[in-house]
Amino acid sequence: MNSRLAILLALIWLPLTAYVMFRSALGAHGSYLLLPAIPSVIVLYVLALRSWRESWVAMLGATLVCFWLLMAVTAPYLPLLDPNKPLVPLVTPGGIRHGVLFLLGSDLRGRDVLSRTVWGCQRVLVWGITATSVAYVVGAGAGLIGGYLGGWWDEFVSFASNVLLSFPVMVLYILVLNLLGQSGFNIIIAVTCSSAPVIMRIVRGLALDAKSRDYIQAAQTRGEHPLWIMLVELLPNVRGPIIVDACLRLGYTTVAITTLTFLGLGLQPPDPDWGLMIKEGATAALLWKYSYMVIVPALSVSSLILGFNLIADGMREMSLRD
Amino acid sequence: MGNLIVRRVTQMLLIMLTVSLLLFAIFDSDQFREKVAVAELGGFGVATLSAGDYHEWLEKKGFNQPFLVRYGQWLRAVLHGDLGQSIEKDVAVSTLLKESLANTAILAFFVFLIMIPVSLTLGVLAGMNVGSALDRVISIAAVFTTSIPQIATAVLLTVILALGLGWVPAKSAMTDGWSFRALVLPLLTLLVYDIGYLVRMTRAAMAEVMASQYIRTAVLKGLPYRRVILRHALRNALIVPVTLIFLELNGVLSQVVVVEVFFQYAGFGRMLFDAANFGDIQVLQAATLVAVAVAVGSQLLSDAAYVFLNPRVRFA
Amino acid sequence: MQHAGMQSNAAAGDARILAGDAPILAGDAPILECRNLSVSYAGRAGDVPAVIDFNLDLMPGEAHGLVGESGCGKSTIALAIMQYLGKAGRVVGGRILFEGRDLLGMRGAELRAIRGGAIAMIYQEPMASLNPSMTIGAQLIEVPMYHESMGRRDAAARAKSMLDRVRMADAERIMRSYPHQISGGQQQRIVIAMALLSNPRLLLLDEPTTALDVTVEAGIVDLIRNISAEFGTSMLYISHNLGLVRETCDRVTVMYSGEAVEVGSVAGVFRGMRHPYTRGLFASMPVPSADKNSRPLVSIPGQPPSPRARPPGCSFGPRCGFFAAGRCDAAPVSMSPIDAAQGHASRCLRVDEIAWDAPPAPGVGSTTAGFGEVVLKVNDLSKRYRRVSANDGLTFDARRGETVAIVGESGCGKSTFARILMGLIQADSGSIDLAGLELSRLPVTRRSADTIRSLQMIFQNPFDTLNPSHTVGSQIARVIRKLGVQRDESRIREQVFDLLDLVKLPRDFAERRPRQLSGGQKQRIGVARAFAGAPAVVVADEPLSALDVSVQAAVTELLIDIQRREGTTLLFISHDLSVVRYLSDRIVVMYLGQIMEQGRTDQVFAPPYHPYTEALLAAVPIADQRYAKRKVLLSGEIPSASNPPAGCRFSTRCPYRIVGTCDLDPPPVQEFAASHRIACHLPREELLAMQPVFQEATL
Repeated sequence: MNSRLAILLALIWLPLTAYVMFRSALGAHGSYLLLPAIPSVIVLYVLALRSWRESWVAMLGATLVCFWLLMAVTAPYLPLLDPNKPLVPLVTPGGIRHGVLFLLGSDLRGRDVLSRTVWGCQRVLVWGITATSVAYVVGAGAGLIGGYLGGWWDEFVSFASNVLLSFPVMVLYILVLNLLGQSGFNIIIAVTCSSAPVIMRIVRGLALDAKSRDYIQAAQTRGEHPLWIMLVELLPNVRGPIIVDACLRLGYTTVAITTLTFLGLGLQPPDPDWGLMIKEGATAALLWKYSYMVIVPALSVSSLILGFNLIADGMREMSLRD
Repeated sequence: MGNLIVRRVTQMLLIMLTVSLLLFAIFDSDQFREKVAVAELGGFGVATLSAGDYHEWLEKKGFNQPFLVRYGQWLRAVLHGDLGQSIEKDVAVSTLLKESLANTAILAFFVFLIMIPVSLTLGVLAGMNVGSALDRVISIAAVFTTSIPQIATAVLLTVILALGLGWVPAKSAMTDGWSFRALVLPLLTLLVYDIGYLVRMTRAAMAEVMASQYIRTAVLKGLPYRRVILRHALRNALIVPVTLIFLELNGVLSQVVVVEVFFQYAGFGRMLFDAANFGDIQVLQAATLVAVAVAVGSQLLSDAAYVFLNPRVRFA
Repeated sequence: MQHAGMQSNAAAGDARILAGDAPILAGDAPILECRNLSVSYAGRAGDVPAVIDFNLDLMPGEAHGLVGESGCGKSTIALAIMQYLGKAGRVVGGRILFEGRDLLGMRGAELRAIRGGAIAMIYQEPMASLNPSMTIGAQLIEVPMYHESMGRRDAAARAKSMLDRVRMADAERIMRSYPHQISGGQQQRIVIAMALLSNPRLLLLDEPTTALDVTVEAGIVDLIRNISAEFGTSMLYISHNLGLVRETCDRVTVMYSGEAVEVGSVAGVFRGMRHPYTRGLFASMPVPSADKNSRPLVSIPGQPPSPRARPPGCSFGPRCGFFAAGRCDAAPVSMSPIDAAQGHASRCLRVDEIAWDAPPAPGVGSTTAGFGEVVLKVNDLSKRYRRVSANDGLTFDARRGETVAIVGESGCGKSTFARILMGLIQADSGSIDLAGLELSRLPVTRRSADTIRSLQMIFQNPFDTLNPSHTVGSQIARVIRKLGVQRDESRIREQVFDLLDLVKLPRDFAERRPRQLSGGQKQRIGVARAFAGAPAVVVADEPLSALDVSVQAAVTELLIDIQRREGTTLLFISHDLSVVRYLSDRIVVMYLGQIMEQGRTDQVFAPPYHPYTEALLAAVPIADQRYAKRKVLLSGEIPSASNPPAGCRFSTRCPYRIVGTCDLDPPPVQEFAASHRIACHLPREELLAMQPVFQEATL
């Protein structure tokens, strides 16, 4: 079961990431890369529904997340207007100009809001998932080392994470992005700096708890190498709480990325991005009539984060019921 | 217990020292020096300086001294309250800090004033009867509110309350003097998320306590339900939420950056953001230092509260 | 019901009922009645019955034991009486009457008046049952304040006097303390005091001593016995320990898989059991006199049924040696009376057909093989952790094929010793010699594969002994591979199957995950894992404590069987003296890091005793009616290991303490018979003159 899941996730994440990060290099045929991802998302959704049958909360969350995943991978194939092309500015939703339907209206520069919304989820998903994954590798690694090996390893890892945790999150982001410049990769670094310490604390706690279990002692009395014990004996057993936390963290990272883009510190225009849409719309939306320009991206990003949170809550509920 | 506090305080001091060192090292760059030069000599003056004169100027300003010596001088200046000069606004950084911190403090004060009683009450009510109708409503509301990023909340609230209903001004720049109504939107934006978060944590703590064996003992002793909740359950359930409230100070500092920028409120977050954008390094440095100090202080208070409230740790 | 000397408790109860007397206290009406009580829990796939058709008549002043293994529903009954079944539990049938009133219909103020006022409960885990944020005094005075509207000061005075009656020293200080500041035994006394404060007419005790050390348990059991005499309280005593029930109760109900299978007086049932399950329980418990060679344990084959999938007809049927197909599985079996006057009944269809007096089919015993040369030599081993002297001057040997038991309560240092032996920590001084190799300061990372292979361990907690994320087979295979026993994959596979056969588990278990196995099965895998490399010495650290009684017998026999075949030396660490008596050849008794007594099993179990050994033996509850034991109670609690008394470490609690000698000078090691050593200041004659703890009962 787990290997199937891993393959599915890889089939979705790898093409999408490659597409988003290297689109300019891939040119016109880059969208073919996304083809294997489309059925994978559908299969993933079906699997999620089946295993989370008992929790409507988790199923609702899965629906939201898979909806946006589907949007992200099918974007090049949907009948959408060019998201970057200025057409007719300030059209209210449902308006038709020159024979072109703007389902969700157009923004200040005349670009179609609907297509910008759909294309916008790509960047959020890719950078969000990538950044969280990197943070996890770093944080979980540090946590295992600190929790299992203890002693000076623990002191060092704990102190480093305490230093990072003493920065208010936004301050840390601003600092890092200001110093390193504003790009997607630097966002990954910033997210790692802020999330890894928390992950490290969680994993460290789990490792400390598991360390006293008999099966770890059994491995020690066999003379197993500490690295082997950490990876083969400990790691598989901290899976449960980590998966719940991972979903929550994907939510937080999405918030962070959107907020950073809004502040102008994140990913750069002109490519569509929800935070960017809110930022640009905020200056025009001082009139009730034009508020759709900010409401649409706001609701979109909220629904994605809600999806992650619901999945996390649903999984936690299910594990308690066991 | 005293031992514990001493150890924590030393750790905090160590962290502050490390952070200050990091901050100093990060901002100790050539660009920075150039900026200072421009501020002092004027852009044109710097452009016409020869390399030799520039080096002389650097020497005169003390930029060629060894790293640790400069760090020491800087640290001493900071501890005396001299945080440098803002390049952008041309005032002492400390003055800037004082004003903006005061404004943010007002905002934070009201946030905590409303957040604490509301979230603790709702969280306790929800956790008391897990699975009941009240619990479901509260939990769902809490999940929703913590799923909306604050820029989205800010946007939605502005649209509904300011643009749609026109009850409050859309921006809080307060150019016409201080007005409480202008505070409403940023306050609500912060509260929506913070209350939701604290409600979730309180509910979880309360639910755990209600399922414990000592609550079973209290109920089976024949005590009235009210006493079981107020005297037996709350005392244990509120330990974690109270410590989280102290940590919220750290969270609020982070949240105000976005909220203040969006609503153009002249607070700490706005100042930090502007400084970062402009490259006003001394302000950025000082602001970060202050933010970390507040964060570290809040963590210390939180730990102290935990020790004080939990008899198992207090009377080991 | 006071008893002196060796008159057994059951005899007194017996006499009362045989005489047909009404019990001493009021009326003929039972104080508690359960009529066809059925309780179910709502599960994911429908209701799961936990208690089926339960009947009980508890007379005033009577102590009734409810005995059964885990999952039989006994705790559920207590919770049903108190109406605290949680969200998922429901009474689905029957009634519970307390003093004639219907308990199940009570609500609100009426129920609150009963709870804690008329019926009080004592719980299994005292630490978790007390509020960690309230002082003990505050928790105690609540009871009279709310039930009798007493003022605060009067309530405090009443609480203090109750603390005296439960024999808690220093009541003032205790009232001001928090639960975590006092020991487990003291906490349980507080729970008992709290329950008694409003003079309840009925006490429910849910495994009150399971979480406590043996000598502390003895004190609590004694206290409970006196409660019913002093206060006239009726008691429902829930336990899995038949010996405890025998010592405290007048009547007993044996439960299996949610149903009562036998009811009667303690004397009647224990001496003349009339249900195959009761019989099986007794046969799987060691008796004080017998050892593995003369009276081997007979375990009950199979597993208790899952509550969702009960067998048709008699629920014990599939495991019963007297099972008659077509009759026993035809329809649900009801209770048949055996002796109406005594109130003895049994839920067995064939109760009149079975020859109950014939001895049960004997288990597979064997003769003792002689023991070989010394394999393990421990000499003056010491280990200190900062201020705690965990091991102090340990000296003993073990020979090939021998079982040496290390006995002691918590804090005695046996786990520390095991960890030093396995190389997880290193000793400070002294030596451990394993066939010529010095182990005391050799960490496991520096040991050769051969050494590791020849010294393996079986762990205490079956639920933690296997990694939950890997299959059983892969975990055994890992051991085989790592220890270098086999290298070829197909040979490894073969050996995994061989080991599964050795521990009598089906071969397809190799593909299963630990959560699909029961506790006993997991422990067997633990045994298989330890023996994978044909070790010379196996250290078993409390391997049976977490298992049910009937399962313990099976695992014990398995261990003995394998040990005999392989000629392994077994170091058996335990606090359970009955099992130790049964399976070990030599015993080492430890207390607070030092060895108090060591010798052959029969030598240790007979006088001369070290005073601690005497108290330990007297604390073991025996179910066998043929034996009675002396009462020896220790004062105080086990002192903290960080401040051991100077001189003899046992002196603070020793009933024979010689002030001025025992507390100041370390005791000399006196030798009796071959290799029987006692470390005590008492003169030799006094030790030799001690009375035996166990004797044949005079009845």
